[in-house]
Parts: sequence; structure tokens; C-alpha cells
Amino acid sequence: MAYVALSEAEKTFILHGVEVISSVPLFNSLFKVSLFLQEDFRCDGRSRRDYRPMELETGLVSNASGSARLRLANTDILVGVKTEIDVPNPLTPEFGKIEFFVDCSANATPEFEGRGGSDLAQELILSLQNAYESPLAFDYRTLCLIPGQQCWKLYIDILILECGGNLHDAVSLAAKAALYNTKLPRVTATLLDAGITDLIISDNPYDCTRIGTDAVPLLVTVCKIGDYCLVDPTAEEEVCSTVSMVVSVSMRNETPFLSGTHMTGGGSMHRDTMLNCIQLGLSMGEQLNKLLVKMLKAEETRVGPKRPKTVGFLK
Amino acid sequence: MSGRLELLSEQGLRLDGRRPHELRHIKCKLGVFEQPDGSAYMEQGNTKVLAAVYGPHQAKAKKAEGNELIINCQYSQATFSTSERKNRPRGDRKSQEFKMYLQQALSAAIKSELYPRSQIDIYVEVLQADGANYAVSLNAATLALIDAGICLNEFVVACTASLSKSNIPLTDISHVEEVSGGPKLTIAALPTAEKIAFMEMSERFHIDQLETVIETAMAGCREIRDILEAAVKEHLIHIGSAADWARVC
Repeated sequence: MAYVALSEAEKTFILHGVEVISSVPLFNSLFKVSLFLQEDFRCDGRSRRDYRPMELETGLVSNASGSARLRLANTDILVGVKTEIDVPNPLTPEFGKIEFFVDCSANATPEFEGRGGSDLAQELILSLQNAYESPLAFDYRTLCLIPGQQCWKLYIDILILECGGNLHDAVSLAAKAALYNTKLPRVTATLLDAGITDLIISDNPYDCTRIGTDAVPLLVTVCKIGDYCLVDPTAEEEVCSTVSMVVSVSMRNETPFLSGTHMTGGGSMHRDTMLNCIQLGLSMGEQLNKLLVKMLKAEETRVGPKRPKTVGFLK
Repeated sequence: MSGRLELLSEQGLRLDGRRPHELRHIKCKLGVFEQPDGSAYMEQGNTKVLAAVYGPHQAKAKKAEGNELIINCQYSQATFSTSERKNRPRGDRKSQEFKMYLQQALSAAIKSELYPRSQIDIYVEVLQADGANYAVSLNAATLALIDAGICLNEFVVACTASLSKSNIPLTDISHVEEVSGGPKLTIAALPTAEKIAFMEMSERFHIDQLETVIETAMAGCREIRDILEAAVKEHLIHIGSAADWARVC
């Protein structure tokens, strides 16, 4: 993670914004009374349950089957999905395959130069793999072409261009957006010759199918600062937090389900706090999912002349 | 020179419809990120590159030898940048080679005497590769250096050139033209001083043709320099508008 230097005073300032019950003196003619107020007012003016502004673009990389770029305040993620035909795993003959790859670009911070970012990349890959592992969270059957013989393999390549905190959430949002944008060419199987099938892949770029992304999970990082939990921590807030929970939320029939969770950071938390964190993560995940779907649908309608000329830097 | 494709049609147009001396469409933008000291995005046709510059800062102990400036480059290519998926973004021979060439061309341009015992990190990330990757990376790196406010002797600009079967020189070749077997010449130049900071050539040229191909690439460099200069001016007017610089420009 990009190195952020914070002094004790700065840390206290962040901590107070999140939790401290501050005292406002109220002067009365007879008594000096203090009124206690709960702040819930973070450095950038958000409450504990607010996300920072997001910017989303899809279909930018022409060499990939699907792509998305997500900018969550200062965190910038570019995802490209590449497809390949592969043989299914003999244990799960009806399932397709997904492989994640995270590359921490040195553009984000000089510490990522060479192999510097590989630990962080590995952590992100593992949490995504965990979240996508359940067939209820991602329907691997849709990626199957001929059970036991041929299936699609999706390479989800994630490139981190700038880190401004909350990488887990940003990466999972961008991955889901890229999957939504992915178009698989239509495949027809012919010529059953001694049990061997011949696949004909349509070369018409408009003759394609899409992947069902309704249940694709999102990761929500719930960060514990002081005694309170908050979502979407900035890089500075991440420094102040001792422990956070990464909750992966998969939607099914409008209800949020948990598809994996793990703790990051060196601290510990009470069991009740942990359950609260997961609850918060689930409800935030539900809202986030709604928002993402809305954004993706809006993005789809912006085609042709309606497409804005410049969004971000990738025109 | 048989066995390779003809790169020019009978009408004298190239595979993507350009005329022989035409560049691909260039778009660029400075200051795209906040964390690095300088950053730039550059698009030349379908080749898209991001560059970030950190520094000048104190040189790392193990690298510091003597008084001179250390120019540290990294070239990496996103795994989804090519039509065949790449297995790793950096560390292969090609990117090591490009990294060295970048270092070479940039050290010719940076006024290194102004930064003793310092280090400048230049990171280049190719998001989409469609020919002339090195040239576009170098151009993006130049813009990022300018955005970081590092003193340069002048713009260092790279351009590629090739030769069609009928011996007509072609400027700024795309990936298809690169792989169809024609010769490829890359030049990094300081166009105002007419100096060549770096040159690389593959396949074979007849010595008589070399002169014209170099001149074609140099002409391409001059054209790109003008585009970059315009972009820098526009950027400065934009960021300086709050301080009312726009009137000075």
C-alpha cells in the first residue's frame, strides 16, 4: 500500500471526526452545561456510511472482450477481460473457469516497482477468488460450452493505476463492470466425429452473448476506527484503522447474501463488533450493487453521438 | 525483399487508409493523476500509454554512485494490451530492452547537471499496444517529465518509419505493418537541434534507402513535437488560468 505519513495529531483529528462525542458548551445564566454531540463527520465531510464519488467507463480497451475503468476519488482501476477456450476441470465438468490477475502498476507508487506490489496483488486476488468461489455467487455453468470438453476461461486482468484507499471495493466494482461489459462470441458446435466436437466461433462482432452478472459479488471493506465502523476509507483513514473486514456481498432475488469474508490488518475486534461490521457491509453492498447496476445501464444507453467526448483521461 | 506483404495499395494508401507520410491520430493529456509528481496520457492511433514521473528525490543508497543523476525507468505492458493475452506485464526481454532504450533517450534530454545525487523515476504503462510502443512510451514520458517540471534540453520525441516494397518510406507504422515483415526504424530525436538520441533498426535496409527513411522518421518527430508542444501550452493555459497566466501566453 502506498505509504502515507500521518502525525499523531492528524490521526487524532481523523479519529475524532469518526467517533468522538464532542462537547459544546452551552452557557446558561446559572449553570455551565455542556451538550454532547455525536459527530459522524469525516475529514471530507462524509458520514460513516457514505462512499466517495465514482466515475465509471466501460468498453475502453479494444483488445479485450470487456473492459471497465473505475475511479473512486483517487483510486483508479482499469480492468480488461480476455477470453479463451479451455478444457473444464474434470472435477467440475459443467463449469467454466475464471482467473484473476492483479497488477499493481508502479505509476501508483514507486514502491510497486519491479515485484514490489506482488503482496498486495496476491491479497486482492485471493479475496476476489474467495468471493467468486461459490457457484451461487457466479454461475459458472454459463461459461460451459460442451460439458467435460470445452468451456470459456475468463481472464480478469486488473490494473491498479492509482491508490487512494479502499482498493478491495474499487477492484470488485470494476471487475463486475468489466464482466457486465464482456461479450462472448456465439459458439456453435458441429461435426460430432467420434465424440470429438468441432467448435465454430462466430466472427461477427455483433453476434455475441453476455454473462449473467446479477449475482456477481461486490467486496465492501468495513474499516474499524476507534469504536466505530465505516465504509470506503481513504488512504489516510486506512492508516488510522487497526483492523478491517472485507465482506463480499452477492445479490439474489433482491436480498444480499454473504459470499465470503475475511479480516485484514493487525488488530482484533469483539465478536459483536464483527457481526455489526458484516451487517453494515451487507447493507452497503446492497446499495452499492443497486448503484452500480444503475450506472452500467446508463452507460449502455450512451452510445454513438450521445457518448460524451471526454470522460476522465481515456477519451 | 520478397516474402513480405505490400504495405501500400495501388492508390498509394496504407492498410489503415493513411497516406505514406501521415501520422496516426494523436491525443494527449498532461497531469492525469494526482499522486505522481508528473503524469501524462498519450494515444497514438490505437496505442495508448500512461506515464508517471516521481522525483527528483534523493537517490537510493544502493544505486548512488558518485554525483550524477540516476534515471530509473520501468516499462510495463498491461496483460490485456495485446490481442494475445500476455502472461506477465514486465520482466520479459522486450520490456527490459525498452527500459534501457528509454533510459538512454531520456538521459540525453534531461539536464542532469542540475540534479546531482538525485533520482528520477519514470514509469511507463502501455494500456493498449498497436505498434510503435517504444515511440509512444517515450513521447508520453517526455510529457510526464514536463508535467513534473524537470528541466529538459528540449522535447525528446520518437517516431517510427518503414519502407514499402516499392521503396516508399512510411511514417509511424502500426502493429499490422510491423508484423508484416517490413523493416522498422525507430528514432528518438531532439528535433530542434536535429540530434538523434537513440536509433534502432530491424530487418534489412539498403544503405541507399537508410538516408530517406531516417529523414522520414525525423520529419515525423518534428510533427509530433509540434503536437506535444501545443498540448503543453494548452495544459499550462488551463492550469494557469486561475493565476491569470492565460493572457501572458
